[in-house]
Amino acid sequence: MSREAKVTSQPVHEVLIPGDPSFHDITHQVSAIVEGKTPKAWYVLFTISAIVASSLVFQIGYLIWEGIGIWGLNIPVAWGWAIVNFVFWVGIGHAGTLISAILFMLRQRWRTSINRFAEAMTIFAVICALLFPAIHVGRIWVVYWMAPVPNQMAMWPNFRSPLLWDFFAVGTYFTASLMFWYVGLIPDLATIRDRAASKLKKIFYGIFSLGWRGGNRQWRHYELAYLVLAGVSTPLVLSVHSIVSTDFATSVVPGWHTTIFPPYFVAGAIFSGFAMVLTLAIIARKVYGLENLITMKHLERINLIILVTGMMVGYAYSMEFFIAWYSGNIYEQFAFVNRAFGPYAWAYWIMVSCNVLVPQVFWFKKYRRHIVVMFIASILINVGMWFERFVIVITLASDYLPSSWDYYSPTVWDVGLLIGSFGLFFTLFLLFLRFLPMVAMSEVKGVLPQADPHHGGTHRG
Amino acid sequence: MAESDGKVYGMIAEFESPAHLIEAAAKVRSEGYRKFDCHSPFPIHGMDQAMGLGRSPLGFLVGIAAFSGLGFMTWLTWYTSVVDYPLVISGKPFFSYQAYVPVVFAITILCAALTATFGMFHLNRIPMLFHPMFNCEQFKKVTDDGFFVSIEARDSKFDEQRTRAFLESIGGTNVEVIRE
Repeated sequence: MSREAKVTSQPVHEVLIPGDPSFHDITHQVSAIVEGKTPKAWYVLFTISAIVASSLVFQIGYLIWEGIGIWGLNIPVAWGWAIVNFVFWVGIGHAGTLISAILFMLRQRWRTSINRFAEAMTIFAVICALLFPAIHVGRIWVVYWMAPVPNQMAMWPNFRSPLLWDFFAVGTYFTASLMFWYVGLIPDLATIRDRAASKLKKIFYGIFSLGWRGGNRQWRHYELAYLVLAGVSTPLVLSVHSIVSTDFATSVVPGWHTTIFPPYFVAGAIFSGFAMVLTLAIIARKVYGLENLITMKHLERINLIILVTGMMVGYAYSMEFFIAWYSGNIYEQFAFVNRAFGPYAWAYWIMVSCNVLVPQVFWFKKYRRHIVVMFIASILINVGMWFERFVIVITLASDYLPSSWDYYSPTVWDVGLLIGSFGLFFTLFLLFLRFLPMVAMSEVKGVLPQADPHHGGTHRG
Repeated sequence: MAESDGKVYGMIAEFESPAHLIEAAAKVRSEGYRKFDCHSPFPIHGMDQAMGLGRSPLGFLVGIAAFSGLGFMTWLTWYTSVVDYPLVISGKPFFSYQAYVPVVFAITILCAALTATFGMFHLNRIPMLFHPMFNCEQFKKVTDDGFFVSIEARDSKFDEQRTRAFLESIGGTNVEVIRE
């Protein structure tokens, strides 16, 4: 067996999953979460989230009945919290796509432990995001006017409008993410189907696994489909938030009309998304005992990405000021001085401290590997990133015309919808944790050393 | 559930590991079998070559769909802004294609993603909720840690005794006949 001796002496690959688990160990550990008894904490959290989420029904009903005047909107702040929340949630989604698509294209095999729930996070975040522009259109019953549908008025949507670009970009983003997530789920749903003890489960998971048989004649099309989906999702990571930023950047408004917006928004999106991945990963691995799959190495790498993107965001903040000064445009200069020292200075400095100062702790290896520190940091970054969008949108309150300057105060409905969207997000996420495999089993098995056909075949598995 | 009645669909044999499965695939193929498949819980690198399968045609389908989406959306933006509803906005050209890039790009991606997914469904003949392979109790391991070779009875070389002996000779265990 000289051939085998030769191949086993290849350089040892990085151990991604510690503890040398067998294929069955992986199956069992992940499936047991779906099959086992629901933890009590899950019921508590689910009840709270579901109540908050269902309050959305009443809030949105009242909004449609009464109109968007129930928010604290004024002119010039015509967008208010709805667009703050929209940009916040779309941004969260980007980390999931980056993990699932870009890290896949770059052959970062460590992603397999975290990609499933990061993708789930993407989809739920984009659902929350889509809610806000949908209810903000005012006359929601004619929302289909955004789609190019021939109609009796002989009108077409304005394809030059950034708001329409947004509709297409985010709609495509949601669809492509959903496809990617579902295709990834098929083999794992088949695993749950084959292990199902009850008839009901067998039928439920049987339908959604589409009759998957794991033959290589299926895998070869499957793998290419997965690669293509990763390939087409990769530009989406960069394009979607760039297009979102053009909602602002193409307007001729001081503080918004800047070319730095697209890259600045994308960096911010990845930054906030990774913070959310971190928050969810820390909780999920603790509650479900997944420390061996989502290892400290994964968390450390997430923290490094947060550090890098946090620095980019910090650079963008300072560059905005520099360009405002360098442009010599007094309106632009006023907009930025007003941001930092005007009536919303409190929000600006919350933003700067959370987004620029907090990630600096990750320079230290000790804190990159410290659960409590990174958990607190991830929460603060999420707060900071919400305030970043708040600062961008709400400081518009002081535009060219001093006569229309006003202080934007949210009403109970502004706050209620933001809280409601968190309820919706966590309801969906908890349902996902309960009923779907939260770690991509087939992909994790594929990165175990014994999955390599050159492994020699002597290993257990 | 291996009932003795019912038409024979094929035969499966279990192998120990991905390395063994890939070796077996090459042997099954060189023995002259064509209607066979290798089942595993995850895709195995190099299995396509071992089984003598070419590249999946899915890429072409996606390419065609993506370019169709690109072409259609370019046409639609042109038609709506030049022919059907021309609007003069600050004297700008009707076909200001630079502004249409985001929309055209989005639809291109959308067509590619939908075709990748549903094209894969079509090529894999899924959803197919029932299949004779599911009659086999041990085949349930395939989504956990089982590695199987299956040979269909439709294959011209298939013969219950000889195929069984062959599968055992190349290291297959738990050889079982699958009935419909």
